[in-house]
Amino acid sequence: MRYVDEYRDERIARALVADIARRVTRPWVLMEICGGQTHTLMRYGVDELLPREVELVHGPGCPVCVTPLEIIDKAVAIASRPEVTFVSYGDMLRVPGSGSDLFRVKAGGGDVRVAYSPMEAVRLARAHPDRQVVFFGIGFETTAPANAMAVWQARREGLANFSMLASHVLVPPALELLLRSPRNRVQGFIGPGHVCTVMGYRQYEDLSRTFHVPIVVGGFEPVDLLEAIAMLVAQLEEGRAEAENQYVRSVSYEGNLPAQRILEEVFEVCDRKWRGVGLVPRSGLRLRPAFAAHDAETRFGVETTSADEPAECRSAEVLQGLVRPTDCPAFGGRCTPENPLGAPMVSAEGACAAYYRYRRHAAGP
Amino acid sequence: MFHCPVPVPVGDRVLLGHGSGGKLSADLLRQVILPAFANPALDRLDDQAVVEVRGLRLAFTTDTFVVKPLVFPGGDIGSLAVHGTINDLAMGGARPLFLSAAFILEEGLPMETLRRVTASLQGAAAAAGVPVVTGDTKVVEKGSGDGLFVNTSGIGLVEDGLLLSSDQARPRDAVLLSGTLGDHGIAILAQREGLEFECPIESDSAALHGLVARLLAATREVRCLRDPTRGGLASALNEIAARSGVGMLLDERAIPVREEVKGACEMLGLDPLYVANEGKLVAIVAAGAAEAALGALRDHPLGREARRIGTVTEGHPGLVAMRTVIGATRVVDMLAGDQLPRIC
Repeated sequence: MRYVDEYRDERIARALVADIARRVTRPWVLMEICGGQTHTLMRYGVDELLPREVELVHGPGCPVCVTPLEIIDKAVAIASRPEVTFVSYGDMLRVPGSGSDLFRVKAGGGDVRVAYSPMEAVRLARAHPDRQVVFFGIGFETTAPANAMAVWQARREGLANFSMLASHVLVPPALELLLRSPRNRVQGFIGPGHVCTVMGYRQYEDLSRTFHVPIVVGGFEPVDLLEAIAMLVAQLEEGRAEAENQYVRSVSYEGNLPAQRILEEVFEVCDRKWRGVGLVPRSGLRLRPAFAAHDAETRFGVETTSADEPAECRSAEVLQGLVRPTDCPAFGGRCTPENPLGAPMVSAEGACAAYYRYRRHAAGP
Repeated sequence: MFHCPVPVPVGDRVLLGHGSGGKLSADLLRQVILPAFANPALDRLDDQAVVEVRGLRLAFTTDTFVVKPLVFPGGDIGSLAVHGTINDLAMGGARPLFLSAAFILEEGLPMETLRRVTASLQGAAAAAGVPVVTGDTKVVEKGSGDGLFVNTSGIGLVEDGLLLSSDQARPRDAVLLSGTLGDHGIAILAQREGLEFECPIESDSAALHGLVARLLAATREVRCLRDPTRGGLASALNEIAARSGVGMLLDERAIPVREEVKGACEMLGLDPLYVANEGKLVAIVAAGAAEAALGALRDHPLGREARRIGTVTEGHPGLVAMRTVIGATRVVDMLAGDQLPRIC
């Protein structure tokens, strides 16, 4: 398949690995920000091929993983209402809230549906005016434009029965928080290719300059990631700290301007709590007042309660790259994809689930 | 005495994931179903039970079909039910003899749909040479069923001396796959999600007893056969590895997947290793017989694209590993819950 096979080519991958090994003279800690990249690293075993000096830690970029417990609890409360048809991306259904998850709501008779696009929820609202259709709008800058479009379309059509439970998060503020942390070990970042496809990489240039850290925007195939790692190692070894773009077939400097415009029109920046990280100032998107009629939180008046994570779960440190999933005593025992304690074990993009699925032979039984 | 190695409760309600063919299904089986019925024939956990009656070895199987949509490119619930049941018999090395068919009909189902499904079921049975000799119909109130559910059972005869079972794999055996992965699951999903491709993807739904007969005529050193339906190839191989106490090493590049299926999987974020098939088999064959077995499979129209995809190993028992396209290795795990909702 074009644009796929050549980025999974063993010869090219080996050449890049050799290039990295040739350049590297001392240990470097690199972080891939995006969960999709973590998944690729694990699925293809990319990290296994790297020289010992290159340590990869896994970033907070799994939207499912960082959605706070309170929002899951709100989703569960809304989805449990008899008048509601609750529509979500599939991965969110298994994320445990403090009491239940959406799969259990569905099993208990709730009308919970999986969709690949928020426009499916708009279609449902149009087809079933007697139902309250709620879309669970989560994700980074990548999914936000499509979700914005759905709300925009619903308002234009006057679909009073469509609303969105929006809990969007933005990558740069989280990255800034990581970089400001005194515990930070990360010396170079693989930037989130899909986020930058929408947003461009101007913001990453600013971060790179401010914190004097190399950032290479990377793609999602094994060769993309190896090339991004090679570019990071080259920068680090040469003492440079720049924002570079490896994922040129998708990412431009300015990004997707129409997508940015719809985001701007529908959403505004707000403070947001990240599961495992805590409150990150100006790191979320919420609906603007002009779209308040389609805000599920106000429509259903769900209480904001604060909920505690299971004490045993170390996902907070995993999401900040401070520990590896296998360092957690619950990993693979009390915490598995069937019975996850924390969100990174739920989503295919979560670091813990990726380790569990692809890495157990290395981690031991 | 029933022993449960995983002390995880299945929960207080049935979830959709309990029907996925992955780990949740296995838990349901182990914690609720098996303790209720435990007996030696059942405990083998093969696709069919083989029981001895007056010197004859009878294979017996049953399967229920709840696929949505009822009609899909390459088949419908009727032909799928016949193929699925024949294949469950064939994977035990049995020659299928007779089928039953039972229908659960939802009030309001168009009679035309029922006619089409019964005609297709009969057509598939006739083509396979296995008659439907008994059956049943029940009607449930509107809202209590999803149009039409079909249950089929089948019996067949297993030759003396032939033992195909998931606990028979041995180190150094070859892992063979009869053709491309994922065609059925993606055909269903594409239809359900309204995805369109330049070349429409058709289900691979087919009766495999002819292919199995060809294989067994070429070599008797076959240890185990499985049709990777729900849960896909990954689940089938994990079950064999666990039951036989062996490991496996697959070669990702050797696993055939159609370009259209690959493309759909990329778009939908699915892994073809977990997508359902209804006309493929995986064969564990003694190393020395691998070439003969592969030749026999390729001689049959349903096995033309057969490949050797891996080897059974002594190391890492119970774990299926795979050499990836870039030359590293990773674990091929069983799926925890559902990858797709309800595909067979």
